[in-house]
Order: sequence, then C-alpha cells, then structure tokens
Amino acid sequence: MEQTVQVIRIERSRGWVALQLKELWAYRELLYFLVWRDVKVRYKQTALGVSWAIIQPVFTMVVFSLFFGRLAKMPSDGIPYPLFSYAALVPWTFFSHGLTLASNSLVGSANLIKKVYFPRLAIPIASVTSGVIDFVIAFIVLLGMMIYYGIVPTLNVIWLPLLLLITFITSLGVSLWLSALNVQFRDVRYMIPFLTQLWLFATPIAYPSSLLSEPWRTLYSLNPMVGVVEGFRWALLGTDTAPGPILIVSSLAALALLVGGAFYFRRLEKTFADVV
Amino acid sequence: MGDIAIRVQGISKQYRLGKKERYQTLRDTLASTFTVPFQRVGRLLRGEGLDVAERNELIWALKDISVELRRGEAIGVIGANGSGKSTFLKILSRITEPTTGFAEIYGRVGSLLEVGTGFHPELTGRENTYLNGAILGMKRGEIDRKFDEIVAFSEVERFIDTPVKHYSSGMYLRLAFAVAAHLDPEILLVDEVLAVGDAGFQKKCLGKMGSVTKEGRTVLLVSHNMGAIAQLCARTIHLEQGRLKCIGPSTEVVSAYLSSSIGDDVKSSWFTDSSKPNHAEVRFSSARLLSVDEQPLSVVRFDSAFFVEIAYAVTVPIRDLSVSYKVHDTQGNLVFEAMDTDMPEWKGRVREPGQYRSICEVLPSFLKPGRYRISLGSFVEHVKMIEKQESVLSFDVSEVGYPLNPGRLGIVSPVLQWKVIG
Ligand SMILES: Nc1ncnc2c1ncn2[C@@H]1O[C@H](COP(=O)(O)OP(=O)(O)OP(=O)(O)O)[C@@H](O)[C@H]1O
Ligand SMILES: [Mg+2]
Repeated sequence: MEQTVQVIRIERSRGWVALQLKELWAYRELLYFLVWRDVKVRYKQTALGVSWAIIQPVFTMVVFSLFFGRLAKMPSDGIPYPLFSYAALVPWTFFSHGLTLASNSLVGSANLIKKVYFPRLAIPIASVTSGVIDFVIAFIVLLGMMIYYGIVPTLNVIWLPLLLLITFITSLGVSLWLSALNVQFRDVRYMIPFLTQLWLFATPIAYPSSLLSEPWRTLYSLNPMVGVVEGFRWALLGTDTAPGPILIVSSLAALALLVGGAFYFRRLEKTFADVV
Repeated sequence: MGDIAIRVQGISKQYRLGKKERYQTLRDTLASTFTVPFQRVGRLLRGEGLDVAERNELIWALKDISVELRRGEAIGVIGANGSGKSTFLKILSRITEPTTGFAEIYGRVGSLLEVGTGFHPELTGRENTYLNGAILGMKRGEIDRKFDEIVAFSEVERFIDTPVKHYSSGMYLRLAFAVAAHLDPEILLVDEVLAVGDAGFQKKCLGKMGSVTKEGRTVLLVSHNMGAIAQLCARTIHLEQGRLKCIGPSTEVVSAYLSSSIGDDVKSSWFTDSSKPNHAEVRFSSARLLSVDEQPLSVVRFDSAFFVEIAYAVTVPIRDLSVSYKVHDTQGNLVFEAMDTDMPEWKGRVREPGQYRSICEVLPSFLKPGRYRISLGSFVEHVKMIEKQESVLSFDVSEVGYPLNPGRLGIVSPVLQWKVIG
C-alpha cells in the first residue's frame, strides 16, 4: 500500500515564479464552487435578481440612444442606433463587471487567503467567470432586439465564442494587475470606477470606429475591447467593417495583458496572506 | 525518509510590524520614493548603517525552528500569545512563505486554521457544506459520500436547507466543525479550533481529535488547552517569542510551560506593554485584584470575596462586546470563565469609544487554596474574538478560613449548605 508519497517542499521563492497552471487545474473544483457561490449569492441577495443583468445594459442603451443617437445624430454603420449600441454594451458589461468584481476579489476574500492554501489565481478567475450568466441573459435580450428590428445574423456568428473569450481574457488580464495591486494599495478600489468610465469612452460603444481612418483604427485596437465590440457588430449585425486586422491586434493585446498580469500576480502572490 | 512526515529545517519568518506592510496609500509610496533615497544618502554620509531606522519595524515571528515529525505522530504546539504558533502552521500549510529555511512535507496536507472558513451567510447549510469542503480541499465525490455523516455529526439535519444566517451560533459551529472533522488527509494541521463552542461541543471536538490521532494520522495541534494537548499528543513543542524553547514528552513540556508562565512570584497587577503597537478595537490597559475594601492584593483569604478589575480602551463603537477572564489552576485546568455580559445590563448595547473598567466580584469560599492565573479576553459573542492576553495575573488563595479537609477532591471546593433530615 506504500504508494509514491507526494513531497512538498516549502521555501522562499524569489523574483518571478512559474504560473503553476497544472496546480490550478487540480483545483478546478474549488474554482467551480467559487463561481457557483458568487452566482448564487448574487441572485439570492438582490430583490430584482436576474433582471439586474438586463437593467444595466438596457438602461445605458436607452440613455445613449437619446443623447448620441437622437440628439447628436451619431452615425451607426447603418444599423438602428439602439441595436448598434446595445450589441456593444453586452460584451462591455461583461468586461466591466468582471473587472470591477475581480479587482476587489482578493481583498474581499482576505479571510480565505489568510486561512487556507490554494492557488490564488482561482479568486479573480472565479469572479470574472461568474459574469458569464449575466452575459447570457443580456445576450438573449440582444437576440430579441434583433428579431424586433428584423436583422438576421450573418454566418460569422461562429466567431462569437472566440470574441467572448477575448473579452474574458481582457477582463481577467486587467483584473490580475489591479487585484494584486489592490492588496498593497487600496487606492486601486477608488480608481476602478474612473478607469472603466474612461475605458467606456475609449471603446467604440456610443460611436462607430469607422470614424477613424485606417492606420489609426488598427492602432486604436490595441485596446482589446475595440476588437471585441467591432467583432460583435460584424458577426451579429453584419456591419461591413472588415474587422480582421483589428481583431488580430486586439487579441494579441489581450493575450499580452493576460500573460503579463498572470506573472505579475504570481510574483506578488506570496505577500498576499501577510498584507491583505 | 520513510517514516518522516514533516521535516522543518531552520525556518524563520520575518514580519514588518505597524502600518508599513499592512497597506499603504500610493501617496505614501510616492512620497517615500522621493524622500527615502535622500535619507539613505544622508545616513551613509553621517556614517550610520543603512537599515538602523528600518530595522526596528521588523520582527521575527519565528526564528530558526528545526523539528522532525514522524509519520503517525501527534505533536502539540504551545506558547504564549504571539509566540509564533499560528505563523508556524501557516508556513507549513503554504499560506505564507518562510523568510529563511525550508520544510519538506511527505503526504497530503489538510490544514484547519479556523472552522467555517468561507461559509457564506446567505447560503444554506447544504450549500455551505459543499463550498467549505471544497475550500478545505475535498473532492466533490468525497463530499457527496460523506455528506450524510457530516450532517449527522453536526446534528443540524432539520436546518440543513436553511441559510446559515438563520442558524444559532452553536449550530453554525457544529456544522463548520463537522465538515472540517471529515477531512482526511495524511497530515493534519490544526490551530485552536477546539476553543470554540459550548462545553458539550468542545468535548465532542476533543473526542473527534482523539480518534483522528488514534487512526495513525500525523497531527500538529496548536492549543492553549493544556489538558487537551497532554491528552492527545505524545510530544509537544514549546515556542517562546518565535524560538523553539523545548520539545519533548507533552506532560513535561506542559508543566514546564505552566510553571514558567506563572512564574515564581505572583503577579497581582499587570499593565500593558505600551511599546508594542496595538491596533485592536479593544485594548487592555491593566488588570489587578482588589480586596473588598478596594486595596490591591495578591493573596486572597479563602473565605473572603475579592474583585478582578480589568481596564481597557474601546477604539470603535462595538455592540455586544464582552470582556472576560479565565481562571486556571496550576494543573492547567480551566476553573471558570466569567464575562461582563453575564449581567444583562450591557447585553445588546453599544460600547462607544472610551476608557472602561469592568469589575467582577468573585465569590468567597469557592476557590480551593492554591495558585491561580488569570487570562483576559474580549470578544463579540458568537461573532469574533478581539483580543486575548494569556496569564496576565497570578494569585494565591490562602488556607486562611478554609474549613474543609486539605485533601478534598475536585477542582473547586465550595462550602455548600447542607440540611440533614433525621
Ligand atoms: N501578517 C502579519 N503582519 C505582521 N505581523 C504579524 C502578522 N502575522 C503575525 N504577526 C506577528 O507575528 C507574531 C506571531 O504571531 P502568531 O499569530 O504566530 O502568534 P500565536 O502564537 O499564534 O499567538 P496566539 O496564541 O495569540 O494565537 C506576533 O507578534 C504577530 O504580531
Ligand atoms: Mg494563533
């Protein structure tokens, strides 16, 4: 019965450390339960429950339609303005919610971090993942609106999962940086609303990116959400915006954010339990 | 290597005390980015060492600990508050890294630094069982299998689908401990989880721990309950200010620890060490024993009442604060515990920030002649522990006025009223 015993060596790590994705994988059940808890608690605690997933993007869409669509007569690539902005708000809400939740997640789980060992990456990953349900609900409303406006999606919808993945990667990538920083500097918490606000306007949600001419437009897509938003409109609404180069740049930027964030997070991870 | 479960080699852990390593604001960091280099240059020019000013902010919570645990051994860890026991367990459970040294662990580790970690008030007992199990490292199938057993152990069957925010604190603890007790790793690290709940529950926990150690698992148990340590563990480590004071058979180490913590002399008054930073919401400032006519005293007549006076500062408004003390005898028995919320007046009330004194009158003709020590505690009942101060006072109860036989058995010797009816 004497099998190979698992040996753990405990000592101080220095500098950059490996990501230990294999260990993270071994803890996938914990990850699952953390997501499950977040979703469950969110819907148990709020009176309106699931409807919050819809209220926020729909309300923003209404405001945008009034001010940008009606008053400012913003061009919208030939799509009815409400649909044009809502198709962008759906992935945007997933991104910004995930970002807000995950960036505060380590501080919010201080008690877990101080009392139990597990790969800390699981905490922000779970926070971002728990937003997928909200995304799906908001997405169903989007489909309803498309039927209302009589718009048939193009075959390009097969790219949607990839676009969702880029959104996830971006949200998580940014959160990894911010959540780790937040442990050391609580200033981050106050920075986040400000950051998402600025980012919202730096993303073509209220306006089309076709306002920019070409070398700038691709450069602009270093903001990964540019690629996501343009991609969503292209895949679902059939806007003729040739998002190829944008998407490639955006994906690469998203990946860079994620990989950099993951290493940065791991580097600071050893201080979390002592400082948080 | 075959029969070693844990090997610890020269482990030390340094913490930065005070505000510094807690969290800083960006402004402080930016400001010090500019000022610190100049200060350093200044110090160098003046010929002082570089880290003089910085060093006094650091403490060694653990210093050069080396120890080996054999497979299947239960070992106790004792020491005063702040001696590094929890830090030791945190390092072994990989929650925090050692500053120097290394440890090797052979086998699957489960650590229990607290019961109910991750319990969410909005979730039901069932949901929390799964969540907490996963957090403690159980697989889902394993929880499925043990679920009925856990619920039976916790005795909360009827409420298992009620959110735990509606549980009484006792039920909450029972469920939390039940989940933890069904963890079965090869190596178990336990920190003071036996100190929760009512007497019946503590007994149950002790029983469970006893069976765990008998199953031949390797257990490292931190406790202030000397009786439990002596009963459950064959060997015990005594930590003192982060250093390994001694290691050996439990009974010897425990009695050496108790006599050293009581000291040769009775200490009839205690004042806090104000050089240590203290950020607790309740800070004990002093404690002393007073006679009925309010004179400080260190020896109490058996047949006279006396007062225990505890002075403390409250720094934030706290509802339902209890200030308590425990009296232990030299054998390590907890003789009794008393808290100021035993009186209904302060129940449910908020104590605003300020200076307070809680004064307790202790019955005459009750404590057996001998030496006792007093530990202080403050907490919000069923919610959280705020501060503890172990063995701050010690006193003697003298034989004066003792009417009973000196060999009378029992921990206390109350002189009771009898009626004999013929
Ligand atoms: N995160 C931290 N940052 C700074 N200092 C810390 C931190 N954690 C512990 N310490 C310090 O390390 C020392 C040892 O603490 P530790 O919690 O290990 O004591 P302990 O023996 O478990 O005490 P107790 O009996 O009260 O539980 C203490 O002086 C404490 O102030
Ligand atoms: Mg401790």
